[in-house]
Amino acid sequence: MKGDPFLQESLQGDRLAVTGGGAWTAAHARALDFQIAGLTRRYPGVTSVSIDMGRVEKLDTFGAWLLEKLVREAEAIGAKAEVTGLKEDYSALIDEMHQVDLEPLRKRRGAGSFVHALSSVGENVASVGGSLLAIVNMFGALVTAILRVLTRPQTFRMTSLVHQLDMVAWRAVPIILLITFLIGCIIAQQGLFHFRKFGADVYVVDMVGILVLRELGVLIVCIMVAGRSGSAYTAELGSMKMREEIDALKTMGFDPTEVLILPRILALIIGVPILTFIGSMAALYGGGLVCWLYGGIAPDIFLSRLKESIALNTFQVGMIKAPFMALVIGVVSCVEGLAVKGSAESLGRQTTASVVESIFLVIVMDGLFAIFFASIGM
Amino acid sequence: MAATDGKRETIIEARGVEVGFGDRLVLKGADLDVYRGEILGFVGGSGAGKSVLMRTIIGLIAKRAGTIKVFGQDLDQLGDDERRAIERRWGVLFQQGALFSSLTVMENLQFTVRENLRLPQRLMDELAVAKLEMVGLDASVCNKYPSELSGGMTKRVALARALALDPEIVFLDEPTSGLDPIGAGDFDTLIATLQRVLGLTVYMVTHDLDSLSTVCDRIAVLFDGKVIAAGTMETMLKSEQPWMKEYFRGKRARAAIGARESALSGNS
Repeated sequence: MKGDPFLQESLQGDRLAVTGGGAWTAAHARALDFQIAGLTRRYPGVTSVSIDMGRVEKLDTFGAWLLEKLVREAEAIGAKAEVTGLKEDYSALIDEMHQVDLEPLRKRRGAGSFVHALSSVGENVASVGGSLLAIVNMFGALVTAILRVLTRPQTFRMTSLVHQLDMVAWRAVPIILLITFLIGCIIAQQGLFHFRKFGADVYVVDMVGILVLRELGVLIVCIMVAGRSGSAYTAELGSMKMREEIDALKTMGFDPTEVLILPRILALIIGVPILTFIGSMAALYGGGLVCWLYGGIAPDIFLSRLKESIALNTFQVGMIKAPFMALVIGVVSCVEGLAVKGSAESLGRQTTASVVESIFLVIVMDGLFAIFFASIGM
Repeated sequence: MAATDGKRETIIEARGVEVGFGDRLVLKGADLDVYRGEILGFVGGSGAGKSVLMRTIIGLIAKRAGTIKVFGQDLDQLGDDERRAIERRWGVLFQQGALFSSLTVMENLQFTVRENLRLPQRLMDELAVAKLEMVGLDASVCNKYPSELSGGMTKRVALARALALDPEIVFLDEPTSGLDPIGAGDFDTLIATLQRVLGLTVYMVTHDLDSLSTVCDRIAVLFDGKVIAAGTMETMLKSEQPWMKEYFRGKRARAAIGARESALSGNS
C-alpha cells in the first residue's frame, strides 16, 4: 500500500516511454510534481509519449491531476500522449481531470501588481467619499425620522430609548468615574511637580479647573463612549444586517432609522452630557484630593481658588460640546453598522472603523469648537 | 464496487452511543454501521438528533456512553496524532457550508492542503481549480469571498473543501437544504458522481426524500434516540413502524417516491 511512487523514462527512438508506479496520492504529490515538471521538455524531439501506469497501486485526485499534467506537457511539445495499464476504477477520475480548464487561472495571473496597487488606491479614495456621503445620508434620514415622530409622538420607541440609556449612560458611570478621577489626579500631580519649581503651586488649581471643564472631561468621556457604546452599536446593527433582521423590519413597514437608530442616537445625546458632568466632577475631585495630599493645598483653599479661576462659561463650553460629539459618535457608529456585509470579517472591520472614525471626528470637532469659542470670546 | 459483495467492510461502527444535553438524553444507545463505498442516508424527525450523531462521530460533541470505531479504530483509544491522522481521512460538509468568511474560495480550498502537505503554490492552485470543476464550478469563482456566493455555490465550494485532501469518508449535513428542487437534484447527482469517481463513503444526514430515493444505497432511521431501522428504500417502504410509515408512505413521500417508481418501471 505505502509503496513510494516512482517515474522512469526511457527514450526509444522518437518515442518516450514513461513508467509510473507506487502510490500516486496526496502524500506523495510533492515528490511526483518535482519529477513531472519539465520531464517531457528534456526530450524535445519525441513525437509520441507512452505512459504505462500498470504498476500504480493507488491513485487519488492529486495523482490523477499530475498524470493529466504529464499528458498535457507532452502534448504541449507536440507529441502524442497515450496512457496505458491504468485500472478501470480510475478511468472516471481521469476523465474528470481531463476536463479541467486552467485558462481562467492564467488570465487571473495576468493583472500586474502595479495595476492592482493603483486600483486599490482608487478604491480607498472612493470609499472615503462613500462614507462621507453615507454620514450625510444618515443625518438626512435621522431628520426625517424625527419629523415623522414629532407628527405622531405615539410611534416613538420609549422603551428602546430607556433601554439604550441604561446601556450607554447608567452602566458607563462606574468606569467613567474611575477614569476621569484618575486623569484629574494625574494632571494635578504633574502640575504640582513642575509648577513647584517656580513657586506657582496654587496655579495648579486654575489649570485643573479650566482643563477639565473645558476640554478633558468631555474628550475623555467621548473617547470612552466611542469605544464602549459606539462599537456596540456598530456590532449590534451589523449583526442584525447580516442576519437580514433589518430587511425584515423594512418589509414589515417599519423604518429602521426610526426603530433602531433614533433611540440609540437620542440615548447618546442625552447620556453623554450627563456622563460629561459626572466625569468633570470626578476629575475635579481627584485633582483636589491630590492637591491636598501631595501639594498641601487644603480643600477650602482649593475651592476658593477654583471659584476665582473658573467662570460659568468655562463649564458651559464643555457641556455645549457634549451633545454634538454624542451625535457624531452615534451617526458614525450607526452608518458603519449598516455598512456591514455578509462576513464576520466585515463586521470586525466596520467596528474598528467606527471607533477610529468617531474618535478622529470627536477630536476634529473639538478643534473646531475651540476656534469657535475663541472667536465669540467664551 | 465493495458494496455489492457479500462481506462488506464496516468503515464506521457506532455502538450504544448515548448523548445528552443537561437532563435531556438525545441519543439513547444508537447503533449504526456504515459500509465502505456506500451512500448512507440518515433520517429522523426534526430535533431527533440526526446531526447530533454525526457530530458525535466526528468528535464535535462528547458522548456519555458507547463506542465509535472509524476505519476499525476506536476513537476513544487514540492519541492526538492518530486522531488527527483519522480526521484527515474524512471531510465534512456543514449545513451552512462553514466556509471561512475571511478567505477567498481559493484559499478556503487550499487551507487544509497547505497545512498538511508541502506542495508548490502553482500545483495547489491547479488542484483547487480541478476540485472546483469536479463540483461543477469553474475558476471564475476563485477570488470571490464566501459572502459573494449564492446558496448553491456555497454548498458546492464547501463540498470541494470537504474533498480537498481526498478523504475516504464524507459527512454531509443536510446537503440539499436551502436549494431549489433543480439545484438539489443536481447536487444529488454530483454526490453520486463523486462517490463513484472517488470511491467515497458518504454519510448523509438529510430530510430530502428525493435524495433518499435517488442516490442513497441504504437508509438508517433515527427515532426516539435509537436507530430503529437500516436498509434499502424497499425495506423502509415495507416497515409498519408508525413514524416510518408516516415518513416514507405519507402524502409528501408518495409524490417523491412514486415518481421514482414510475420512472423506473417506465425505463424497464
